[in-house]
Amino acid sequence: MAAPILELENVDKSFGPIDVLHNISLKVHGGEVLCLLGDNGAGKSTLIKTLCGVHKPTRGTVKMDGKPVVFDNPKQAADMGVATVHQFGGTFPLMSIGRSFFVGVEPVKKFGPFKVYDRATANRIAVEAVQSFGITRIDDGDRLIGGLSGGERQSLAIARAVHFGARVLILDEPTAALGVKQASHVLRIVLESRKRGLAVIFITHNVMHAMAVGDHYGVLIKGALAADFRKGEKSREELTDLMAGGEALADLGAEVEGYMETHDGHAPPPQH
Amino acid sequence: MNDFIGRYVLRPEIGSIVSLVAVIAFFVIVGGASASQLLGAASWINFAANLGIVALPVGLLMVAGEMDISIGAMIPAGSMTVAIVSGYFGMPILVGILCALGLGVLVGLLNGILAVRTSVPSLIITLGSLVAMQGVVLGGSVLITGGAGVTLEPAPWAKFLFGQLIGGSFQVIIFWWLALTAVFWFFVHRTPWGNWIFAMGGDKVSARNAGIPTDRLTITLFVLSAVCASFVGMCQAIAFNSAQVSGGMSYIFNAIVAVVVGGVLLTGGFGSVLGIFFGTITFAVVSQGIYFTDIDRNWSNLIIGAVLLLAVLMNNSFRKMALSYAPRRKART
Repeated sequence: MAAPILELENVDKSFGPIDVLHNISLKVHGGEVLCLLGDNGAGKSTLIKTLCGVHKPTRGTVKMDGKPVVFDNPKQAADMGVATVHQFGGTFPLMSIGRSFFVGVEPVKKFGPFKVYDRATANRIAVEAVQSFGITRIDDGDRLIGGLSGGERQSLAIARAVHFGARVLILDEPTAALGVKQASHVLRIVLESRKRGLAVIFITHNVMHAMAVGDHYGVLIKGALAADFRKGEKSREELTDLMAGGEALADLGAEVEGYMETHDGHAPPPQH
Repeated sequence: MNDFIGRYVLRPEIGSIVSLVAVIAFFVIVGGASASQLLGAASWINFAANLGIVALPVGLLMVAGEMDISIGAMIPAGSMTVAIVSGYFGMPILVGILCALGLGVLVGLLNGILAVRTSVPSLIITLGSLVAMQGVVLGGSVLITGGAGVTLEPAPWAKFLFGQLIGGSFQVIIFWWLALTAVFWFFVHRTPWGNWIFAMGGDKVSARNAGIPTDRLTITLFVLSAVCASFVGMCQAIAFNSAQVSGGMSYIFNAIVAVVVGGVLLTGGFGSVLGIFFGTITFAVVSQGIYFTDIDRNWSNLIIGAVLLLAVLMNNSFRKMALSYAPRRKART
């Protein structure tokens, strides 16, 4: 098998005395979706930031195509093909679709001695790029980003990353704030990106979404990779329990019900 | 029709154009002003030109998510510099002009570098440089000339370019204002730089990650606003053959009102050069046009306040409409 596009080898990350990530090793190949699951505070954000160049690992190496690399900043990572799409798309609500699609790399045309922004080309390419992912509702590049639905924004951001040559797509909880239908749009785009040979790292705490698209799963608990397995090796219940830190959620449900019956319907106080 | 509304009506400048028409209609119908006299009056056009040259870069800074109030000190600083260098010391007027603009570059650089290097809001930074520059201007002019006012005898070419009165009442700075508006419009709405300014105001971190030189752009905008302010001061000194250390403070609020009436979002990311242009005209007509009406001029601030609130409310609803605007869907086949 070819070398994985992106690989972490024994990566630790600490901020001063606080260790956030311990000994993380993972790899993602082209045409594969790696789902990273974990509860809040498990170190997901730190891991993403280490992958996309915001943080440098304290120990361990990041490899691309089998060669060690160091990203100095997110821009450098993006130039090398590692694109990150954040929860709300990381886009500009009051800019038009065409303008925000090409932010920083605006197409220009000659106008006498000047180079002017080529609105028609920008709009056309942006609309084509997002429509090729099956989002046909976006058909006018002059619409403002803020007028799109959350799913459409995510789709646009992913289409943008792919258009500009991303090989690794890091999606930070793309479905967290979305309704069922919109989340399914985004999941379809994840599958489409996989089909195009991209390596996708999909961060979520929604097990259903992870099961729908993942080829490979990693579960983070307290900064360590607690489980690492391939599709079909674990059931949905096992996965959910793993994410909850090993406690079975089914038991929790029974426990809460029992408590409520004996306490006038009050829920139990949280345990720490 | 729907497409027409989306493309031409739901734009940042629409609120200011509507307010302008409303103000003129109010003055003519309620105030009994003659429309032709009001529209052709030099007083508000001169006022708008002086204010407009400052409002343009201040508006762009606001679009970029920054603020510059040090313009209030840079206007007298510009006029005092040219008057001291060329009037008091008798150097050629060109040297005085270059010194005035150079001072603008210097203060702009200071504001800009402080704004990108520290996390202090630019309102506070420029508040500091506003007060500091007031001190420099007053202290410096008393130290050098022993007074707070200096006279200046500009060379004929400088008077012609920056200070002549056309037709006895129209300041030549009007043409500078129109030309600068055209240049700003071109760069903001027709080149990638404009796109970068909007992106910066929308989300600075994303803009930087997209490869936009946000620091350099921010510093450039601060330099632009300080230079424009000292340019206005310089023109005033050349026009009136003298300079005073006071004055200029009213420009701070006037510029902000003009920019906000013009549809620029205070928190950045939205606005247009045409909007700033029409916002400036609206403000100038309200504050100067009242002299052409039967309305007691003491009420002018009330009208300015009301227009500001109305324009902001209008801009808000237009912006919401622009956000939810989608072209009519073609029938699916």
